[in-house]
Amino acid sequence: MSAGWVVAIVLAIGAVAYFFAAQRARVQRDSTDRAKEVPHSLPTYHGWLAFIFATVPALLVFLVVSSVSSGLLEGRIRTEVATHIADPAAASLSIGMVHNTSNALGQLGLSGANVPASYAALRDMATSAGISLAESGEDYMVPLAASVNADAGVHKLIGQGLTLLLALAGAAFSYSRIRLRLRARNQVERVVLWSLLAASTVAVLTTVGIILSMLGETIHFFSDVNPLTFFFGTVWDPRFAAAGSGGSEGQFGLIPLLMGTLYIALVSMLFAVPVGLMAAVYMGEYASNRVRSTVKPLLELLAGIPTIVYGIFAVVTLGPFFRDLSAALAGGFSFIQAQSVLTAGIVMGVMLIPVVSSLSDDVITAVPRAMRDGSLALGATRSETIRKVILPAALPGIVGALLLTASRAIGETMIVVLAAGVAARINFNPFEAMTTITVKIVNQLTGDLEFNSPQTLVAFALGLTLFTLTLGMNVYALYIVRKYREQYE
Amino acid sequence: MSLESAATLAAPVSRPNAPPKMTGENVGVFYGAKQALFDVNLKIEQFNVTSLIGPSGCGKSTFLRSLNRMNDTIDGCRVTGKINLDEDDIYDPSIDVVELRARVGMVFQKPNPFPKSIYENVAYGPKIHGIARNKADLDEIVHSSLRRAGLWNEVKDRLQEPGTGLSGGQQQRLCIARAIATKPEVLLMDEPCSALDPIATAVIEELIDELRENFTIVIVTHSMQQAARVSQKTAFFHLGKLIEEGKTEDIFTNPKNKQTQDYITGRIG
Amino acid sequence: MTDAALPHATVTTGASTRRDFGLKRRHAAEFRFRLYGIVAIIIGLGFLAILLVSIVGKGYTAFVQTAITVPVEFSASIIDKDNERATNPRVLVSANYPIIARNAVAKALGVSTDDKAAMREIAKFVSDGSRSMLRDIVVADPSVIGTTRNVTLLAAADIDSANKGQIDLTVPQDKRKVSDLQVGWLEQLKQEGAISTPFNWGLITFGASSRPETAGLGVALVGSLYMMAIVLLCALPIGVAASIYLEEFAKKNRFTDFIEVNINNLAAVPSIVFGLLGLAVFINFFGMPRSAPIVGGLVLTLMTLPTIIIATRAALRSVPPSIRSAALGIGASKMQMVFDHVLPLATPGILTGTIIGLARALGETAPLLLIGMVAFVADRPTTPLDPATALPVQIYMWANEAERAFVERTSGAIIVLLLFLALMNLAAILLRRRFERRW
Repeated sequence: MSAGWVVAIVLAIGAVAYFFAAQRARVQRDSTDRAKEVPHSLPTYHGWLAFIFATVPALLVFLVVSSVSSGLLEGRIRTEVATHIADPAAASLSIGMVHNTSNALGQLGLSGANVPASYAALRDMATSAGISLAESGEDYMVPLAASVNADAGVHKLIGQGLTLLLALAGAAFSYSRIRLRLRARNQVERVVLWSLLAASTVAVLTTVGIILSMLGETIHFFSDVNPLTFFFGTVWDPRFAAAGSGGSEGQFGLIPLLMGTLYIALVSMLFAVPVGLMAAVYMGEYASNRVRSTVKPLLELLAGIPTIVYGIFAVVTLGPFFRDLSAALAGGFSFIQAQSVLTAGIVMGVMLIPVVSSLSDDVITAVPRAMRDGSLALGATRSETIRKVILPAALPGIVGALLLTASRAIGETMIVVLAAGVAARINFNPFEAMTTITVKIVNQLTGDLEFNSPQTLVAFALGLTLFTLTLGMNVYALYIVRKYREQYE
Repeated sequence: MSLESAATLAAPVSRPNAPPKMTGENVGVFYGAKQALFDVNLKIEQFNVTSLIGPSGCGKSTFLRSLNRMNDTIDGCRVTGKINLDEDDIYDPSIDVVELRARVGMVFQKPNPFPKSIYENVAYGPKIHGIARNKADLDEIVHSSLRRAGLWNEVKDRLQEPGTGLSGGQQQRLCIARAIATKPEVLLMDEPCSALDPIATAVIEELIDELRENFTIVIVTHSMQQAARVSQKTAFFHLGKLIEEGKTEDIFTNPKNKQTQDYITGRIG
Repeated sequence: MTDAALPHATVTTGASTRRDFGLKRRHAAEFRFRLYGIVAIIIGLGFLAILLVSIVGKGYTAFVQTAITVPVEFSASIIDKDNERATNPRVLVSANYPIIARNAVAKALGVSTDDKAAMREIAKFVSDGSRSMLRDIVVADPSVIGTTRNVTLLAAADIDSANKGQIDLTVPQDKRKVSDLQVGWLEQLKQEGAISTPFNWGLITFGASSRPETAGLGVALVGSLYMMAIVLLCALPIGVAASIYLEEFAKKNRFTDFIEVNINNLAAVPSIVFGLLGLAVFINFFGMPRSAPIVGGLVLTLMTLPTIIIATRAALRSVPPSIRSAALGIGASKMQMVFDHVLPLATPGILTGTIIGLARALGETAPLLLIGMVAFVADRPTTPLDPATALPVQIYMWANEAERAFVERTSGAIIVLLLFLALMNLAAILLRRRFERRW
């Protein structure tokens, strides 16, 4: 019986329990006089309670038994293999082979006396049945795999038996408990409340998962590469991890990537902030309702366009345009490269316009109306009111908004992957290509790389750097914005 | 039936020996560290209308809301002392607050019908409390509740229309119908007429007088005239304390306490 | 003049002269300020227009495809020369169909099949996709062998470009991809009415291919569909449950604050970080398959969750407290209050937020690159565990191809993506308009 079937049967038991429990509660209710004794819960709640009793403990036990069983078997294979092979790297390969062998045995339906004595014999049988097995397996693997299979069978039987028994017991127990005054509703609601609480911790688990997984791989990376040369290195030249050639050590200097990231973010902010801020001010203070109601959604369209589309736009339209323009200006020599800081920065800036504008719109509208009226009543013009009263009052909020925007710019990936280039160098000419942290994460993790090499692991170190950087900016920005809002509430 | 005999029927039902329906002993309410109600001792007589009066912020609504534990829904709110409904201490841990609220219904200041049909509005309470055994039962409860709330003739042809489409006064009577559909023993009303015009108010006041036959009613009101018109007993609250309570006619014609005098003559309030 | 500068001097001159507030200068400044605002808006809208025009201008031609309709002779001597199809049906699959296609075109053009040079040109004239096309015809109905039928074959990508006028014919022959001979043939077939440009269904049905004319979004669409389904099935219930807990049940305390801070920050974490999470946790730790929509769906779920939670909480908050008191006042439990009254009233807001979250997830590329969805997948996946690509990833892959015809397909694919996004946003807007309730 597969796990799916067990779950299905448990759920079916739960459904039957629901039905009978609700029926019993209904009969009890109908046979008593409401004036004498008031039933506590509706029959459906008794039904749900029975469903919960039948399914929840049973499925939990099933999960526990399954994971304990696989842990035990894995441990056994590990210790057994270790007696044959000392080298951990080779051992992990052999462990995989034992797993394949036991799968093959299972598929061929071989157990006990049927199991062939040698690996080669098994491999022949498997091949003729269309199952592929590695060539280099050894003979000790076959009895090991067979005995693991036998144990797994026993564990499975125990687990499934226990699960079904528990489901029936839970159903019977809850059925026997049904009384008029049983607080079935409260108990069901408590279970629901717990599951709501569990759902709300998913966000926390995600954060924990991000930090733990990246931290783990980063520590792994720093066991190969000195953290100092990573954080302060000025050369990025990871090389490729050609299998078996341990000699070619790469250089993993963060500085050129960080510079590129910050430079492109700066260019994009220089473009997006004036445009976005002025657009927000104009729409908030000057535009008629009709203009606002058409322009605002149109500008927000920019925020809904996927970043890959911006990237393509940069590569096929804006980049070549800048290149040809510079060639025309300089008489044939194009001093702007097709992939450049400028192109990436401007396209990213376009993407950020609606972000800046909607964030600063929120901030500006939070300035109390009275302040504006006070200034206008003194005879200040509207632009004077905006420049001298509203913007200064909104400044902390705007700073927070800009920090949030900048963190978007730093974490942006697709635009820079397509438009910024892959050359990791320190360079202050905006017309040339630079690369960013995100580009290198993508570069290092696409293609067929060996997972445990520093070339791959460096992506996690980069990711952790990026995460820390943006997290810091976000936390600080949200703090500023909240302080700012409280001031005017 | 002559006018006089009608008046005698509506006169206070005095049953000096009948036990009170609800009693509050040394009731105190705290919102966080702030105490909103101090040592209130009040008995609520069965099948009477008790009105709670006093200036804004005097604690009358707080006391009302502690009678069906609606205060529980406010974070940081704590009730001390003891409140009994018949023999049951309603703050006892063994009491299920949901059952309590089915026994002690509530009508709010602003009419708040659910954005559902008129029928669904009234049927919701009986449904969740399992009062109706079948559809016919439920129909009967809905119809009789609407009838008792004096709304039947106005809505009988449009039970499936949304309750939010009624006028303010009708909405409030719908809310009363909804509250009495669960067959509560006590009905709490928190300034039920404050959002209504004088005509709708008069209709509701009349309704309250009729409902007294079957329900014990506690009403919070801003209007002393209303208290005088609808209630048999009146309790005057000031600054979180119960200043004076007694028969309505006594309170209004012959108050013993100086603060009460000041309030009903309009010097505080 | 010194007198005039005194304050009282202006007062004594009475109302006849006006005080100088620098109005002219200030109005000019006002005008400039407004102008900056208008310019800013024009820049924003201008880029939007350029972007859309350049994409649509480059991509709309991808929706039609040049096809050649010629009589094809399903010659038994080529398909099944030993006449063994009754016993060995595999011969029908492995037969040399390209030759049949070439011969058919040669015949239509009046070119001798012995002319080796011309035949090589013809081989580059017809798409290699004709192999599978003819094979499917024969396998479906072996009785066509030995007969001649009119079949519509796809033209090769360069011929397609030439037919769409995208190749500059003034350039010398050796510097462009189409020879003069081929251009001549194209004209000749056009005269004969054999060339047509039907709607390019292949763009949305074909899988990956190294030849532009047979490359399509089929696999990517199915992959994206699976991922959207997974996001919907996971993120919506979890997000709504979490929001209900935080908004209706959670007491204000450290733990609740911590969860809130977490959610707000997750909403701002760069998407690529979620890709790293997916790679490390789902693929390396849990051993899920690479390139599979299930992993992509889970990663996008985690990414979309904050959006849905924030939207749902706003929707729950907009349900007035009077509804809650009304339910509690007649003895509904808090759970009944939420599920019978608050949640149904918040549903339109929740759905709107969910659709917007889904739309963002649909356009997301970076995390999918890291979990191996950059893959050459020719067959449509049947389950979420099979390898697949996603719509935006397919766009990225095509963008990296050098051929001219792939540029057109890239833009065409972007149009498809934008159409989906537009539809989803439209649905969200309609939902909001239709069910928005003012209290």
